[in-house]
Amino acid sequence: MMSIFIALCRQHVLLAWRSGHTTLIVSFLFIAVLLMPFGLGPELALLRKLAPGLLWVVLLMSLLLSLDRMFQADFEDGTMDQLVLLPISLEMVVLAKSLGHFIALFIPLLVAVPVAGLLLNIEAAALPALLASMLAGAPALTLLGAIGAALALSVRRSSMLTVLLVMPFYVPVLIFGASSTSRAISSGGQVDGASLAILALISLATLFMAPLAAAAALRVAIR
Amino acid sequence: MFKTVENISAYYANPQRFMRLAQALQAPIWGLAVLVLGIGLYMVAHVPDDYQQGSTVRIMFVHVPAAWMALFAYSFIFFASVTALIFRHPLGHVAGRSAAPIGAVFTLIALITGSLWGQPMWGTWWVWDARLTSVLVLFFVYLGYIALWQAIEDHGQAARAAAILAIVGSINVPIVKFSVDWWNTLHQPASVSRFARPALHPDFLYPLLVMGVGFMLLFFALTLTRMQMEILRQRARVRQNGGAG
Repeated sequence: MMSIFIALCRQHVLLAWRSGHTTLIVSFLFIAVLLMPFGLGPELALLRKLAPGLLWVVLLMSLLLSLDRMFQADFEDGTMDQLVLLPISLEMVVLAKSLGHFIALFIPLLVAVPVAGLLLNIEAAALPALLASMLAGAPALTLLGAIGAALALSVRRSSMLTVLLVMPFYVPVLIFGASSTSRAISSGGQVDGASLAILALISLATLFMAPLAAAAALRVAIR
Repeated sequence: MFKTVENISAYYANPQRFMRLAQALQAPIWGLAVLVLGIGLYMVAHVPDDYQQGSTVRIMFVHVPAAWMALFAYSFIFFASVTALIFRHPLGHVAGRSAAPIGAVFTLIALITGSLWGQPMWGTWWVWDARLTSVLVLFFVYLGYIALWQAIEDHGQAARAAAILAIVGSINVPIVKFSVDWWNTLHQPASVSRFARPALHPDFLYPLLVMGVGFMLLFFALTLTRMQMEILRQRARVRQNGGAG
């Protein structure tokens, strides 16, 4: 049981890493950050003010773009039909893939965020809060993305559709994540427990419910 | 009681019987909708001007019912999806698909009239007020639902995927509402203070309620018509595929 779970997760990580997807997504984050000063002007004071919000939005964009990697390849080459036959439930398959996605893509993005923050002249006091809120929201973001990716599975070139489906689900996470960061800045680096707790609550709720929905959507796509 | 509900719903699982019922109901519902909307519009035309807002207050009689219907249509789609997915009632998918564009248009009407009303009142076309923002998100939820229906080629797959999306979305919509309220009160405490809202004067309340009933009737009339279209379209598809479906 557990070994299958770990093997699935490991496969997802290795595939993302070796196919260069991880590098691509991290590059996307930097490119998007690079565009900001051109659009907003190079004033450091302005960038400093906007940095936490910009980083949150750019992180969401990068994640949204990575979602078509979640199940698409397995679906197209027929692996998905075999995954159904595994002795673990499809819900567990979803969890394993999501965990793999988190390790292979979310963690590299989290590593990239402080560096990108440096480019945007972010306040040092804001960084721990920013990373903490991103980490607290990570399960929700990944698993909600899994629902969208599973729903759009039988559609060819589904990435735009997935973005449209998932974006409304990201709104609450973004709201609490960004506000926890801005509160931390205004209180001089003190991590804001309340909004982190709400983020964690959203994450736990999705951890429980999203695999059910995503697995149901996978069953629809596989038939 | 439950037994009868079950019997009735099982009876209309046959699309042929539903079509007969729909055709019989069609004309009365449309007639009633036009009548009530006509009365409502007449009442609205004779509403006295608001002492602060002047005649722009009349936008309210379209805006508020449209916003009600935006939420009502989504709940309708949610219940239709539950019936389709859990009770396997064939009309559920048809009802959900038929109601979605209508709900989306009501949402758009609420947004546009809100914007037109906001311009003279607040001096700007758009504010990131909690209500406006959550209605805008709701609009994108509708678009996602419609897009999913259109994107998946296989009809049965599209139906079930869309139903799952509608059910998951119905959990999301209240959370968005809650978080957006929280966000807005955090960021700008009452900077867009809407002049303290007095309880609605009966002069305004009754036309508003009549318009609300009219919009509701219009929603059901449109949905009923679209459901018939959808069933006919399915039938045409089956015939085209030589009965293979």
